[in-house]
Amino acid sequence: MELFLKIAAAGVMIMLLFYLWPTFKQWQEHGPKAEKGDWQAALLPLAAVVGLVVLLVMLVR
Amino acid sequence: MANQYSIARSPQAVLETNKVLKNTYLLLAATLAFSAMTAMLSMALAMPPWVYLASVIVSMVLGIFVLPRTAQSASGVGVIFLITGLLGFGLGSILSMYLALPNGPSIIATAFGGTALIFLGLSGYALTSKTDFSFMGGFLFAGMMVVVVAMVANIFLNMPALALAVSGAIILLMSGFILFDTSRIKNGQETNYIMATYGIYLSIFNIFISLLQILGIMGDE
Repeated sequence: MELFLKIAAAGVMIMLLFYLWPTFKQWQEHGPKAEKGDWQAALLPLAAVVGLVVLLVMLVR
Repeated sequence: MANQYSIARSPQAVLETNKVLKNTYLLLAATLAFSAMTAMLSMALAMPPWVYLASVIVSMVLGIFVLPRTAQSASGVGVIFLITGLLGFGLGSILSMYLALPNGPSIIATAFGGTALIFLGLSGYALTSKTDFSFMGGFLFAGMMVVVVAMVANIFLNMPALALAVSGAIILLMSGFILFDTSRIKNGQETNYIMATYGIYLSIFNIFISLLQILGIMGDE
């Protein structure tokens, strides 16, 4: 049962890759490009998320 | 002085965007509550862990093939409740497993609190920021494909270190998707509240599951 589910999960995830590929191509080719300061604005909250996860790990140890 | 935002978008467009935003958060709250109910049902029925994998497989198939075809009609609401209910039911079996650990309840509470903080913080940031985060699209979808390949490999390899790395990457990617999705709704690029809810729900669900996994591994002495 478990092996069957693992194979099915792998199959669905590979299917997801085929589903994601055109979306990725679309965004890569026609999506808006980052302007000056855009990445900085995105990396700041992501760094805060990393900090929070580290804090949570320290809390449960 | 009128700002660029009010010049670029008509009042009608702004009203439409606010409507999509309101409907998205209402449907998100309803689907999260429904997931919590099905998770409790699954815990009460003491479902085995394989139920999680089965529910994820079925909900992924529904999310890829059924939801995009029904999202423009009222039946889309039924489909999204079916997907989120299934995911909640699968989550219940995982939560039962964690509850059996000595520090399980504290790990679940910490993961829940962490997920809520991440979601509320990032949504608030994206809604108030002047930056349009849709430039992250290509990067996020590329990252998602790399993570899916690593997940497929780890289904069979079962390496805890790879599982930890994948969970960390998922938290970062899903955090990016919260910024991306919220920004797209705010800027009127996403007009379907069912698809918007689905995207944000998946981000929250994946952050919670990944946090559970990280805290479970790191909290284990």
